[in-house]
Amino acid sequence: MTAPGRLNRAIDWIDQRLPIITLMKHSAVDYPTPRNLNYWWNFGSLAGFMLVVMIVTGLVLAMQFTPHVDMAFNSVERIMRDVNYGWLIRYLHMNGASMFFVVVYIHVFRGLYYGSYKPPRELLWWIGLVILLLMMATAFMGYVLPWGQMSLWGATVITNLFSAVPVVGDTIVTLLWGGFSVDNPTLNRFFVLHFLLPFVIFGVVVLHVWALHSVKSNNPLGIDIKGPQDVIPFHPYYTVKDLFGIGVFLIVYCVFVFWYPNALGHPDNYIQANPMVTPPHIVPEWYFLPFYAILRAVPDKLAGVIAMFAAILILFALPWLDSCKVRSGTFRPWFKVAFWVFVIDCFVLGYAGAKPAEEPWILMGRLASGYYFLHFLVILPLLSKYEKTRPLPESIGQPVLGGDAPAPAGGHGGGLAGGAKVLLALAILAVATPALANEETHLRKQDWSWQGVFGTYDEAQLRRGYQVYREVCSACHAMHLISFRNVGALGYTEDAVKQIAGSYTVTDGPDDNGDMFERPAIPSDRFPSPFPNENAAKAANGGALPPDLSLIVKAREGGPDYVFSLITGFAPQPPDVELPPGKYYNTVFPGHAISMPPQITDGAIEFPDGAPNNADAIARDVTAFLQWASEPELEERHAMGVKTVLFLFAATALMYALKRRIWAKVH
Amino acid sequence: MADHAMNDAPKSRRDFLFAAAAAVGGAGAVVAVWPFVDSLNPAADTRAMSSIEVDLAPIAVGQAITVKWRGKPVFIRHRTEEEIKAAQAVVVDDLRDPQPDTARVQKPDWLIMVGVCTHLGCVPLGQKAGDPHGDFGGWFCPCHGSHYDTSGRVRKGPAPKNLAVPQYTFLSDTQVRIG
Repeated sequence: MTAPGRLNRAIDWIDQRLPIITLMKHSAVDYPTPRNLNYWWNFGSLAGFMLVVMIVTGLVLAMQFTPHVDMAFNSVERIMRDVNYGWLIRYLHMNGASMFFVVVYIHVFRGLYYGSYKPPRELLWWIGLVILLLMMATAFMGYVLPWGQMSLWGATVITNLFSAVPVVGDTIVTLLWGGFSVDNPTLNRFFVLHFLLPFVIFGVVVLHVWALHSVKSNNPLGIDIKGPQDVIPFHPYYTVKDLFGIGVFLIVYCVFVFWYPNALGHPDNYIQANPMVTPPHIVPEWYFLPFYAILRAVPDKLAGVIAMFAAILILFALPWLDSCKVRSGTFRPWFKVAFWVFVIDCFVLGYAGAKPAEEPWILMGRLASGYYFLHFLVILPLLSKYEKTRPLPESIGQPVLGGDAPAPAGGHGGGLAGGAKVLLALAILAVATPALANEETHLRKQDWSWQGVFGTYDEAQLRRGYQVYREVCSACHAMHLISFRNVGALGYTEDAVKQIAGSYTVTDGPDDNGDMFERPAIPSDRFPSPFPNENAAKAANGGALPPDLSLIVKAREGGPDYVFSLITGFAPQPPDVELPPGKYYNTVFPGHAISMPPQITDGAIEFPDGAPNNADAIARDVTAFLQWASEPELEERHAMGVKTVLFLFAATALMYALKRRIWAKVH
Repeated sequence: MADHAMNDAPKSRRDFLFAAAAAVGGAGAVVAVWPFVDSLNPAADTRAMSSIEVDLAPIAVGQAITVKWRGKPVFIRHRTEEEIKAAQAVVVDDLRDPQPDTARVQKPDWLIMVGVCTHLGCVPLGQKAGDPHGDFGGWFCPCHGSHYDTSGRVRKGPAPKNLAVPQYTFLSDTQVRIG
């Protein structure tokens, strides 16, 4: 008997007892799929792919994470700095959350445009909305775990939403917190729930797919499947198309992970949570901004919370609000317009949500919030009553096969794609506007060696910067995340690292007598702090705590340009500005009154390599060193990114060729 | 219908494309697994602690200390003349894990070994004053009754191997680096 024969017998043996093979074949191979699905239908499988990516990266991260208020932040930094490929896995997870939402939002808007919520797909739609709600809860709790400033204050603000509930609000909030504020019990339970919910989502996704396979996929024409001529088997047609889609998607995802890993986050979250100080500008992650704008649009606390939740819950009522028998927006000229206005409205909401709570953003948020509900409660019901829809094609197969198909054949993808291009332009504009606004802060932009696709550090510059830190900054600023062994990356030999470490003393102990003792530092020791504790540091610096510099470049808007501009930004006090005693005037520091006196002057440091030592040069060198301290993985990240993206281009091109070959006869 | 599409395509071209796409995709997936597996290996901070330096000066003849190395106890014993003689007098061929004493020490005065029983990982007794030393004057594992001699070799009981000797270097007469 041949091997395949034996394999088949084994498969049959299993299948007769548990028809799992039949089930998989039924739902992933034979599943009859409309032959005319366009690329907007790729986002369902992409969302499934992202769920798996998030679970896999999350599991590995959870094995290294410590859910305790004193250790969570540092355990995340340990993942970034010490765990093998930890930075990669964390950036995949962190940016994966954003990518997941991009994919799911597009998936939802596709459903909105093509009427995928209409009979017989109501339950499918509702299950999808449940997934969306679960995702939001999971994402929110995940953002709390690194225990940065945005984690703590985001958690505080969001949990306080429940305090708007009449009578029992405060009781609910206390219950959520497990204390009188967001604290260790909150972090612990959020970690547990953040771990649990993805598996709940996975279960609901199974229901979603089950419901989908019962009612079958909708399609760009929105008409029912009339017979076998309208469908093709899922495999190989849509498996290869989905794989090609995953390839394209991975390229975008990887560009973020390898070159802009923090572009979608907030610098404040690289400052450890501090329950005594709120960051000046609290904003949720981008995917919550439209809902945040609706919350802020209503001047009443309870009404605002209700409006925010209603914005999502109203989607459950869509099958009734839009009762038009025609599903696809392609055949609804006015619905199409309303759809795009609604999409733009969501972007406007997101934009308003990102802005501070002041005019004109409040008015903008209010108008956009009003329109959001107007769309669902007035426009859609009126349209479904009065709109004159265009004639529907006979069948799915007809317009696809027929050479002289009616307009919808060409237009079914174009409707959504054309508008999407306009939208992309708007999105770029929205991103570019705040970037332009940053120009007003007078940051002195520099050319840094680590910028760009292939950017690397200049070791000699890092060593000079380290010298500046040791001779100047380290008198007041700690760098508690950096060990002496790390400076080997600056080009020092092992012996040189030992020598540098040995020139410091650290406190160790207790010894056999129970006494603490001093000893020379060794490479595995962290940089000693200039002060025994924060209060001592404050007392010695006029009440202001010199911030730890380990993450300073990542923790400030503007990054290296901000740090450089701050160091060189001291100026004589303008006559119209009053400074409190003990403060110095700085052009870029928020509020301009800084406690740090000017430190870097021309010739303040002599470099052994004879490099220029004017104030700007010294400031650039120390900024480079601090940049390295913030992102020691950067060179490895760029190098791996180049290889990964080149590979993805090749693999995706291959998938595209295979897809064209397989689809050749269907088109 | 669908079958037509499959069969009409030029077979060799499609097969080649399919094989190439499967090979590239599969290879990419396999390579992508490595970072996740490697992340479970010891991290850089753990690896940085993988060697320790010990000052031997305070350890008098006949005394022993236990230091922690890679999360495990390491026995350092300043052996007496009698203990050294006893260890060297053993007929090596009769041992379960035949090793002459000279293969287990760099300097006969100093016996340095990992204090973990080779049976199932308990810490043998024999370091502290008053501890039982077993039938051979060395160490005795209370879990399952393995006896070790003054060279840390197993002489009796279920343990299959002698106590392990870690890699170590004498930096000076009184300074040793383990690991």
